[in-house]
Formats: sequence, C-alpha cells, structure tokens
Amino acid sequence: MNDRSGQPLHPLLADPALLRARLRPAAGRHRRERLFYLLCLTVAGSAGLILVLLFGTITIMGLTTLSWQFLTAPPSPSAADSGMYPAIMGSIWVVILAMLAALPLGTASAVLLEEYRPRSAWIRNALHVIELNITNLAGVPSVVYGILGLTVFVYMFPLFDGSGKPVVEWGVRYYDQFYNEADTVLLVPASSLDAPPVVPTTGLQAYDANYRPVTLRVIGPDDPWPEDPERARVTLRSTDMGGRISEKSWYYFCLPFGRGVLAGALTLALVILPTIIIAAREALRAVPDSLREGSFALGATRWQTIRRVTLPAALPGIMTGSILAMSRAIGEAAPLIMISGIVFLSNPPRHLMDDFTVMPLQIFNWAQRPQADFHLLAASGIIVLLVILLVFNSIALFIRQRYQKPLS
Amino acid sequence: MNSKNTLEMPLSPESRVRGQMARRARRVVEALIVTVLGTSTGITLLVTAAILVVLGVETVQFFRQEEVTLREFFFSLQWNPLLGGEKHFGIWPLLTGTLLISVIGLAVAVPMGLVTAIYLSEYAHPRVRAVLKPALELLAGIPTVVYGFFALAFITPLLKWLHEGFNSYNALSAGIAVGILIVPIVSSIAEDAMRAVPNALREGVYGLGGTRFDAAVKVVFPAALSGIVAAVLLAMARAVGETMVVALAAGSTPRLAYDPRLETQTMTGFMVQMAMGDVSNFGVEYYSLYAVAATLFLMTFSLTLLGAWVRRRYQEKYE
Amino acid sequence: MSEMLETPFNAGASATGATSPVSSEPVPSSVPAVRVADFNAWYGEKQALKNIRLDIPACRVTALIGPSGCGKSTLLRWINRMNDTIPGARAEGLLEVHGSDVFAPDSDVVELRRRVGIVFQKPNPFPKSIFENVAFGARLHLKLSRSEMNGLVEWALKRAALWDEVKDRLHHSALSLSGGQQQRLCIARAIAVGPEVLLMDEPCSALDPKSTAAIEDLIWDLSEQYTIVIVTHNMQQASRVSDITAFMYLGELLEVGETERVFQNPAHPQTRDYITGRFG
Repeated sequence: MNDRSGQPLHPLLADPALLRARLRPAAGRHRRERLFYLLCLTVAGSAGLILVLLFGTITIMGLTTLSWQFLTAPPSPSAADSGMYPAIMGSIWVVILAMLAALPLGTASAVLLEEYRPRSAWIRNALHVIELNITNLAGVPSVVYGILGLTVFVYMFPLFDGSGKPVVEWGVRYYDQFYNEADTVLLVPASSLDAPPVVPTTGLQAYDANYRPVTLRVIGPDDPWPEDPERARVTLRSTDMGGRISEKSWYYFCLPFGRGVLAGALTLALVILPTIIIAAREALRAVPDSLREGSFALGATRWQTIRRVTLPAALPGIMTGSILAMSRAIGEAAPLIMISGIVFLSNPPRHLMDDFTVMPLQIFNWAQRPQADFHLLAASGIIVLLVILLVFNSIALFIRQRYQKPLS
Repeated sequence: MNSKNTLEMPLSPESRVRGQMARRARRVVEALIVTVLGTSTGITLLVTAAILVVLGVETVQFFRQEEVTLREFFFSLQWNPLLGGEKHFGIWPLLTGTLLISVIGLAVAVPMGLVTAIYLSEYAHPRVRAVLKPALELLAGIPTVVYGFFALAFITPLLKWLHEGFNSYNALSAGIAVGILIVPIVSSIAEDAMRAVPNALREGVYGLGGTRFDAAVKVVFPAALSGIVAAVLLAMARAVGETMVVALAAGSTPRLAYDPRLETQTMTGFMVQMAMGDVSNFGVEYYSLYAVAATLFLMTFSLTLLGAWVRRRYQEKYE
Repeated sequence: MSEMLETPFNAGASATGATSPVSSEPVPSSVPAVRVADFNAWYGEKQALKNIRLDIPACRVTALIGPSGCGKSTLLRWINRMNDTIPGARAEGLLEVHGSDVFAPDSDVVELRRRVGIVFQKPNPFPKSIFENVAFGARLHLKLSRSEMNGLVEWALKRAALWDEVKDRLHHSALSLSGGQQQRLCIARAIAVGPEVLLMDEPCSALDPKSTAAIEDLIWDLSEQYTIVIVTHNMQQASRVSDITAFMYLGELLEVGETERVFQNPAHPQTRDYITGRFG
C-alpha cells in the first residue's frame, strides 16, 4: 500500500483563509488572455497590412507606365520608350526549357523513390541517402546553383580552353563585313571567328546585304571608281578593311554553352528539380494502394502498373506541382544573373546559345538605376510578373479543384 | 495435347513459346525501366557531388593564387578584391554583412511568425484561417526582386524620414525585407508542429482551469519546440542565402557590419556584383567568387542539416 | 459515510457566488454538491440531453451508466463546462455546483474548473516531468513558494497512491510511466488544485485489470473528501465503486438511486434490460 501519510486534505487547501490568500486573481488571468489575443490579432493584421503596402506601392508606381507598348518594346536608354518584350520572351524560353529538362527527371526520380521498394537493405539505405540528399538540395540557396551553372554549363569546367569562347560550333557562318565607297554592304565569308582578316580578291564569292551571292571585283587603292552602278556595287578596294560578324541560324549550337539561354535553362532546371520531385512524390503518395494492388492482382508488372494505373491517377497532382514549380521558376533571378549577367538586349533569344534576360532580371536592372523614371518601369514590370504568376497559380488551383477527386 | 485428367488451358506449343518470349521481353523492359529511373534519381546525387567538387576545387585554386593566404582569408578584416593595387581577401566583412542582415531578418520574422503560428493553431476561427493562410502563402510566393524593390521604394524612404542617419543603401531596410520574406517559413513550419500536438493535451489544460493562453504557451508551444527550433533554423538558412533583396537594397560596400544604417555587402551581394561584371578573365577575383560561394554553402548546409537533426532527435512523443 | 464532513474546504460556496471558494458555514449533507434540473443540451441541431433532473450528493461516488450514445459523457462534461470548447455545443437549464449557477453571467469558468476537476478516459499527462505535471495546475491558480509547491506535489502524489513509485524520479518524463501510473498522475494533477468535485470519464477503460483495481481503490479512498462523479460502461465497476447509480438512455435520465438497490431491484424496465445485458 502506498503511504498515505499526511492529511487527506493538504493544509494549504484545507484552510480557506490561506487558500484565498494564495489564489491568483482570476481577473488578471482573463486580462492576460485578452491581451494575448489582441497581440495575435495585431500580428496577423500586420501581415495583411504589409501585403496592402506592398501591392499599393507597386500599383501606384507601376500603373502609369503600363501600356501595350511596354509589353512589346525592347528596353532603351530612354525610360519613356522602354519595354519588357525581350525579357518576357526570355522568361518563356528559359522556363519552358527548364521544365522540359526537370519534369521528366523529377518525375522519374519520384516514381523510383515512391513505387519501388527494394528488398535489399543496402539499396534501401542508398535510397534513404538519396532522399536526404534531395531535401538538402531543396535548401541550397539558388545563387549557388547559379555558380554551379556558370562552371558546368557556361564554361564547362575549363574543359575547353577556358576563355569562354566557343570551341566547337555548328550552324554559324562568319563574314567580314565591308562598306565600299558606294556605301553598299558586302559580306565576304571567313572561316572562323579567329581567322585572320580576309583579303578581298577579284572573283571571290561574296554576298550582298540580302545574302544574295555576288562576285567580288577588287581594284587597287588608286584605281578609278567604276562608273557603272552595277559594277560599283560589287567593287572593293584592296586596302579596304572589314569587320568580322557572325550569322547564327536558329539551330546554332556550341560548346561550351556560353552565357546563353540553354545554360540558363539547365541551371534553372537544377533549382526547381527538388521542388518537382517533392511535389511528384506527394502526388504519387496520394494514390491509394488499393489501386496498385488491384493491378498487381491482375498480374501486371510493376512498370505496367505505374504506367497504366498510378501515373494517370497521380497526373493532376503532378500537373499542379509542375505549375507551381514553374511559378517559382519565373520569379527566380539569382541563379540567372550569374549566368547571363546584365545584358542590354533588343531582341528575344534567337537560338539556344543567345544572350537572354528574364523578367525578374529586367526589373532588377531598372530598379538599380538611380533615375526615378526607371523605378516606375520596374514597378510596371513587377505588375506584369505578378499577373502572370496569378494566372499560373489560378490554373494550378483550378486543376486541383476540378481533377483531384478521391480515387477510391 | 490435352490430357484428360488435368485442367490445363489448351495451349499449342507455339503459343506457349510465344508466351515465354513475351514474359522474357517484359522482364527485360522492367529491368530497363528500373535502370532509367535509377539513373535519373542518381542525377540528384550527381548534382550534390558537382556542387561539392566545383566549389572545392575552385576554392583550392583561390588559395593557390599568390595574392591570397589562408591566414588573410580567416583573419583579415578587409575585403577589396577589385582594388587595383591593394587587394584584401579577408572574409569577415562579407560574413558580418550576411549575419547582420540575417539577424535583423530573424528579429522581424521569428516573433511575427511564431505569434501568427500560435494564433492559427490555437485561436483562429476556421473562417479567419481561410483568409490568413492564403495570405501567408501569397507572401511566400512573391519573387524576391519584388521585396528588394519594396525595400528600395518604400522601406528605405520611410527609414530616412524617421531618422536622417540612414544611407540610401542600408542593412536595416534589406534586413526588414528579408524578414518579411521569411515569415511564412517560420509560421507554416511552426504551425504544423503545433497542430501535431494532440488535442488531449489541450483538454487536460482546460480541465485544470487553464485558459487558451495557458494551453498555447505553457503546454503546446513547449511540446512543439523541436519543430519550432527547426523552423527558425531553416528560416535562417533562407535568410543567409537571400540574394536579390540585398543586391538591391543593401549596397555593395563590404565593411565590418555593425551599423545597420550603413551600406553593407553580404556574401550573396558580392556574388551578384561579380556576376554583373566580366568574370571571364580567370583572375584572382574570379576565384574569390568560389571561395565566398563555398563559405555560403557551408553555412546554409549546416543550418539545414542542424534543423533536420533537431527535428528528428527531439521529436516529441506524446503517448 | 453518512455523517456530514465538516471541513471548511468542503463547505463550498453556498451563498457567496462562484468567485469565492469557501464560505464559513457548514453545509448539511443534504445539500447536493451538484444540482441538475430541467437540463437540456445540444450539439448543433442534435439534442443530446433531455430534461435531466439529478442531484449529486457530496462526498459520495455517483456513477452514470448507460449504453453508448446515451449522453452520460455529455452530462459529465457540462458539470465543469468542458463542452464550451466544442463548437456548436450549447445547454439550457439549471446546473449548480455547491449552490452557484454554472451559467450565471458573472461566474468564472476558470474558477469553476479549479473546483470541479476532471480525469479523462485516456490518460493525458503533459510531455513534462512528473513533478511539473502535478505542479502545472497548481501554478495556474496558486502563488506558492518552492517549498510549498514541493509539499503540495508530494501530498498530491501520495493521495493518488503514486508517491512510492515515483519519488525517486520526480524529474523524469511523465511519459515514461505505465498507463495505470499515468492515470494516477492525472488524478494527482487534478487534486493538486484543490477541487471539491472530481469528474471521471471512463477512467479505467484504457487500462489493464491490475491498474483498474488500483484506481478503483483510489476512488473509494478519495470519496471521503471529494464528490466523485464517474461515467462508466462497465457495470461491475459501477456496482463495485459507486454509492449512487444513475441510468441514462438516449439522452434521458431514466432511473437514479442507491447502487445496491438499482442493481438488485431496477424499477425501470430499460434499466433492467441494460443491467441484465439485453442491450449495451
């Protein structure tokens, strides 16, 4: 039996006067409760207030410069004429390419991790390490991915000569561009970027400004200029100097990738890969086991089950996750600034290796400038960016509402 | 041929062979699929390996440069890699810059985030939750350039109006913006941790005559502490790695950071500054980029690991 | 146990309202500790209790029995207004504890719950040390010095028949105790704040027979000082432990009386059917 020594009632509790003296006043406790509740409301309200201030500032500053011209014009030194077009196109290029790379890889990893349960303990441990690794990758700052992309994709670890200049190229033609005395453009083919300047000689195959082939006629420095305009068009003096230009077709490709769209897209793919894997895994996990078991019971192999039952069932979830990953990708600036630097572009990217910029970087560019006009442009850019993000998130929400029905 | 005594399906020898071949083909396909999937998954390991190799190798190259010594990196208090004559490569200015802004950010985000988490978990009406949670997700989804812009366009002018000592680029403005940015991280992880505390414990508090405040602060919060600490650590890792906000609002002057009113450069800010210039001449400045990146990576990696470890090790068992 | 127990503590707040814990007048034992009259309760639209009329005598053990869903836990939890925490739960009618109306506008729920303690079906010790568990409630309500608190915790654990088993590990986690020990800890925690009434909602249903027996002994012992109301679905337990038994069915109180009489000579046919196991 336990010791029940002492009083049945504690002396403190038995003496009413003592008890009353020691009792905390209830009013104080209720007041504390109310104060804390007020604190909670204030803090929660300030989150809302911050959102209001944020959107308010941006709207006030950005609405005035927002226009159709803003969306379709390239940036220019004059704030009034600047637009965001190359940045918008650059964002589209980069994000689509990044998703093309990351989505299959990420889904494949998610499928392996969720659907395959190996019997050997060794492999199970290896998979566990991989899972841990993915969680860690999700926490790496995106700048570090930028540096990684810089080394691996842009320069390709000085595997090549390390100067960053293309070593292997397909789909480019080099010319020396001459302006002759008749102010006509003549393009003389050159063999490569670093080849010595071409010496024009008569009879050399050249091209005019429209890339139509012409035959060069070269005259000496003191020879008279031909009278006939047809002949003048194709005449060069032997002492004329040209400038090297390059003509890259749309399928231009070079190694190393250089600071182009492809390098940027691959870097961005690395940034969003962990996100996609995690989202795809959740989508797969949400598929009830009973569906898989039914398929196995009918004699299907694991891959057949995945392909015909599990993946289709998880598809809405994977799509939602991908769209959310895309919205994150659109807003990423840090890794891409490491790849592209700050560039002044008039055109959207024309090929995979072309210079590019994305919307957040364009905003950054404008926001950095000291002139207030550019700050207004930055605000307009932010409005465009946020609207696009809103559209994406709404689509994701719509898919989630409409297609994620209970599956069993 | 069918035997009279068995229930074998009537299969001709040809179709039986075809069946065997089909099975073998399926097995090959299965093995192939697993290989493909495994390779894709292995790429994630490759990425980590690449990060470690790239940062490691280039940092070693950095220390091999003649202008740099290990002692200077760890002990010098000046960082001027771009100065023509006198280059200094002490890491402390950038490190203290990062720490100052992160600490300011945490000072904003942790109280706000934890109180919000307590409110959402213990007090809020479902209708309030339905508004507040999406609002927080909204905050989390806004690209960081926007916060940088907000710091430049709103916070800095406000600070300057309050007190003249603030520089146009200052650490406090960036720190506040970073803090706002990481509030959703703190609040969502902390809230999850608190909601995981079983209701029976709250009932126990009410049964003893406790108020909701007593339950929230004296029982639920301590019970969820491991998750809450993990939330703060992960938020700090995020703050340390934040780039665009500091690039826009904090400035590009490396200095030993203790005065939040002054222009301050962080590790990430330096990396952006380098990226905007011409990095291809492969001089010592180029390698310094990697050394700084390596330091940054080590910091965030340890914080993330620590957060995961704390969560696992101190996970409360409630029964 | 028919004499009146005249400790000032037990005298209750018969006249002065719920905020003051004691009065100085001795209360005759005929004044019930809890009075329920014309009491109805709902969860949302569904009515859970219909016109309950019940007087619970002081310093006795009263058992509420009945099949699941009959409302016994609901009634129990209204006595200290635990149902306030359930959204959509409401009640109408008279509910008095030691003479003061539980629903009076100036009544203090926090103080009510100090005076009416509760022990739940599944033991729910806080993830703190054994000492901290017992001290928790006391700290909420009382300002005590460290030595006073030590003394109070020791007393409560002794009273709950747990002291000998834990005295050497007071600062170990409460979760390291067995189920039966945890439940006794919850009882110690409840009595440390100085209640007059103890509510027990199926306190033994999650425990093994040995722990159940220990707790039933404890209940018997505690009923000397405390009014105990116990909800149980175990009829043998009710007949072992209680002085008064009340049978409920579908939200109504069908029969109440001395335990021996109710079990041997149930007046209501439903009671008889339930006790003989016709339904349950």
